[in-house]
Amino acid sequence: MSGHIVTIDRIACDGFGTCAQLLPERVILDEWGYPLIDPTPVQGSERQHAKRAVNACPRLALRLEKAPHDAPAARPAARR
Amino acid sequence: MTRTSSPAPRAASPVGAPRLLGEHVGVDLAKHLATFGAMPAQHRVKRGHAGPLVAEIEHSGLAGRGGGWFPTGRKMHAVVTAARTSRKDPVVVVNAMEGEPAASKDSVLVHRNPHLVLDGAVLAAQAVGSSVAYVVSHRGGRSIGTLERAVEQRNARGGDPVELRVLAAPARYVSSEESALAHFVGEGIALPVTVPPRVFESGVRRRPTLLSNAETFAHLALIARRGSGWFREVGDPSAPGTMLVSVSGAVASPGVIEVPTGTTMRQILGLAGGTTGAVSAAVTGGYGGAWVSAGAAIDLPFTVAGLRDAGGTPGAGVLVVLPTDACGLVETANVVRWMAGQGAGQCGPCRFGLAAVAQDFAMLSSGKLKGTGLAGLERRLGIIPGRGACRHPDGAVRFAASALQVFGDEVQRHLSGHCAAGRRTFVLPVPSEKVTLPVERPGEEWR
Repeated sequence: MSGHIVTIDRIACDGFGTCAQLLPERVILDEWGYPLIDPTPVQGSERQHAKRAVNACPRLALRLEKAPHDAPAARPAARR
Repeated sequence: MTRTSSPAPRAASPVGAPRLLGEHVGVDLAKHLATFGAMPAQHRVKRGHAGPLVAEIEHSGLAGRGGGWFPTGRKMHAVVTAARTSRKDPVVVVNAMEGEPAASKDSVLVHRNPHLVLDGAVLAAQAVGSSVAYVVSHRGGRSIGTLERAVEQRNARGGDPVELRVLAAPARYVSSEESALAHFVGEGIALPVTVPPRVFESGVRRRPTLLSNAETFAHLALIARRGSGWFREVGDPSAPGTMLVSVSGAVASPGVIEVPTGTTMRQILGLAGGTTGAVSAAVTGGYGGAWVSAGAAIDLPFTVAGLRDAGGTPGAGVLVVLPTDACGLVETANVVRWMAGQGAGQCGPCRFGLAAVAQDFAMLSSGKLKGTGLAGLERRLGIIPGRGACRHPDGAVRFAASALQVFGDEVQRHLSGHCAAGRRTFVLPVPSEKVTLPVERPGEEWR
């Protein structure tokens, strides 16, 4: 199944936390304020939501990318 | 950086003849040619085309000796394909950095047979259609001078069909990471960059870049001369040939040993003069590798597949044996503290996460951590991997997590404030150096 996934440029990210505020269903912050991202493909209407968060990132570190073919299909417990 | 004592390498006589370290030729090119024979001639390939050597390397089964154990032939093919699609000439980079404090195999190889490494670089460059090969080693290390003298000898004898350049890079652990090395060769800044694109498609100055470990190129130079069939005559069929192992810790004769892949840890320790007493565990693969319990791993082949069941990895051929009077948690705390300081400081989860893990381990090893603190440590170890631009945090976390597994009994003892170890000096070497963070603008230390 193809789709898009939310990814992050780890070097660009400075832990502003905007993504976790705008996309809480996909992003939570670790104890240091850096995002842990649900790696599963973004579905349907959620995509608009994700796009908004991507555009709002002050460091332009958040991305919405085409999912690689081996992207995990099920939602695993661990977030990256 | 400090090195483990590494006396003259020994021939691996009980397990077959050494290939890379059998002769100590040094920088003398005439002697090198007399020992190993002339470098086979290759025709120049057009951009995006692979020379016949690429197929030969693929058939040989040669896998990267820098720790990735990725098939070198496939990597060469990927570089050629990227050159075709990007219409850019590829670049070859030899990683002779040896950032691992417990490793010395690359400097031993370069010291003994620098021309094998350089031959491999030239041959690989020709085969993928590159006109230049960079050989990069730590600034201040002895390899730089040896490589420069070896290249001078080659140039005095008419030079090579591709240009060989020796570069001295900052002696930092993450600077030997492949994206950092490509960054350094291209822009002079030895910091990792965000991937993808990976260096094979877009590395040095955005050119497809064949970047491999020095030992890999040395094997390649011999395969070009003797063929893939010869290469496969020894070693484990899944990753054939010989490999260099830097053995240290509780062994009688620490140093670099050449063994066929698939040789067991017991055999390797025997070649290093045997253990100096009872041993509890061993570090495999370096400080981004993993601890294994000596009992579980001693008779396993020292290969990726062989060590997997014991949680280990050969990495770049590192094996450090821990005597029973040393505490694995104290050793780990010291290494993790060093690893935390070796990051580039570019990615938050690595910068803050490893610092927190190092703090937790310092508490644990000194008997000050409680059960809730251990739960916190385990949670941190779970969320850090995969969240850096490079694999530095993954390696450090793997090393730390393996200590909790292998030294489970010690963990319980330390939680109640006790440590059974009597030893007061560290077995695992950790270089002492000043570390400066953050890296908003890369300073001189990274250039």
